[in-house]
Amino acid sequence: MAAGKEIRNKIKSVESTRKITKAMEMVAASKMRKAQERMKASRPYAEKIANVATHMAYAHPEYKHPFILPRSNPKRVGVIAVTSDKGLCGGLNTNALRLLVTQMKTWEASGIRIDVTALGNKGFGFLQRMGANTVSHLVGMGDTPHMEQLIGPVKVMLDAYTEGRIDALYLVYNRFLNTMKQEPQIKQLLPLEQAAGADEDKLKHHWDYIYEPEAKVVVDGLLTRYIESLVYQGVVENIACEQSARMVAMKSASDNAKNVIDELKLIYNKTRQAAITKELSEIVAGAAAV
Amino acid sequence: MTLRVDIVSAEQSLYSGTAESVSVPGEMGELGIYPRHTPLLTRLRPGSVRIKLPDEAEEELIYVNGGILEIQPFVVTILSDTAIRGADLDEAKALEAKRAAEDAMKDRSSAMDYARAQAELAEAMAQLAAIQKLRKKHG
Repeated sequence: MAAGKEIRNKIKSVESTRKITKAMEMVAASKMRKAQERMKASRPYAEKIANVATHMAYAHPEYKHPFILPRSNPKRVGVIAVTSDKGLCGGLNTNALRLLVTQMKTWEASGIRIDVTALGNKGFGFLQRMGANTVSHLVGMGDTPHMEQLIGPVKVMLDAYTEGRIDALYLVYNRFLNTMKQEPQIKQLLPLEQAAGADEDKLKHHWDYIYEPEAKVVVDGLLTRYIESLVYQGVVENIACEQSARMVAMKSASDNAKNVIDELKLIYNKTRQAAITKELSEIVAGAAAV
Repeated sequence: MTLRVDIVSAEQSLYSGTAESVSVPGEMGELGIYPRHTPLLTRLRPGSVRIKLPDEAEEELIYVNGGILEIQPFVVTILSDTAIRGADLDEAKALEAKRAAEDAMKDRSSAMDYARAQAELAEAMAQLAAIQKLRKKHG
């Protein structure tokens, strides 16, 4: 029964594949929970810093930091592309990179040049192959990225903006909607978009801070940290997306493997049954002949 | 009269609660903050924040790697850094990131060659396998 053995081997190999995908699914599920917690933990900092920054912008209508001043007619823009380091997470990176490439094409069509910072292995490799101008990159962040690692690559972009080499800065990452749904997004980091001016009048007669040592230094530090925290949030959110996308992808892989095994088992049993029937009929025919 | 104190870093919330007074290592010197302090914004040096809790003799000690301090009359917010920073340190990190990117750009040709060689190898192997199959069939 040569065919039977072949099928049995195939079933065995699919079963071991299924074990691996199942294990990866469970690992991704537990990592996802932790990543979501980290995502939540990073929110208060960004909210507080945003509050202070908005308040400062209203209290100081005459002083405008270069990060806040709008710039018209951008000639060159910077993009920070956040992707995962590893694959096997469905179309997560492909979707984000497709969004980025579409945006890059429209920029290029209007004569805007592009500098890229790649955070994550997948995006870095892709952008290198594409021939994009990668000014800085960071790979191998792992599951627990640290702000410290981001300072360097982000500062390259911030310096370029301060020196006028780029006129806008964007962040591309996956937004975490829920476990089943992630959405690639392009977010403008610089120039900072001011909050809606609805309550501007209310804040007009508001108090101002005393700055120590002087306003410029403090505001500089604050806004730099603000941008960094936005990038950090993007990275952390992308990791939560990666884990949940991986969990879903591995779950469907396990389900598919189960279907394949069921089908193979059916074929195996059918051929076994057919072989037995054939043998029986041969024996019966033989007995009748005698 | 108490103050509300929040110490947060980009990665996590470090402390949140009420206090009688707080003392922090400001860039221009140690700051003692009591309720009804005038609004102030300053940078912090790395050091410990001492929080005097109401109705307790013990002080809470929290170490911060520098950051930014925001004071409103009844609210103190410390935006702590996750690592010690300085203009030179940040600059070094940026230079390092730039250098790595430039190296990668230079390396691109070799990476491309590698990818191409791999593709060619796969193609050759497939062709060999096909030839062998054909040979088997036609003996």
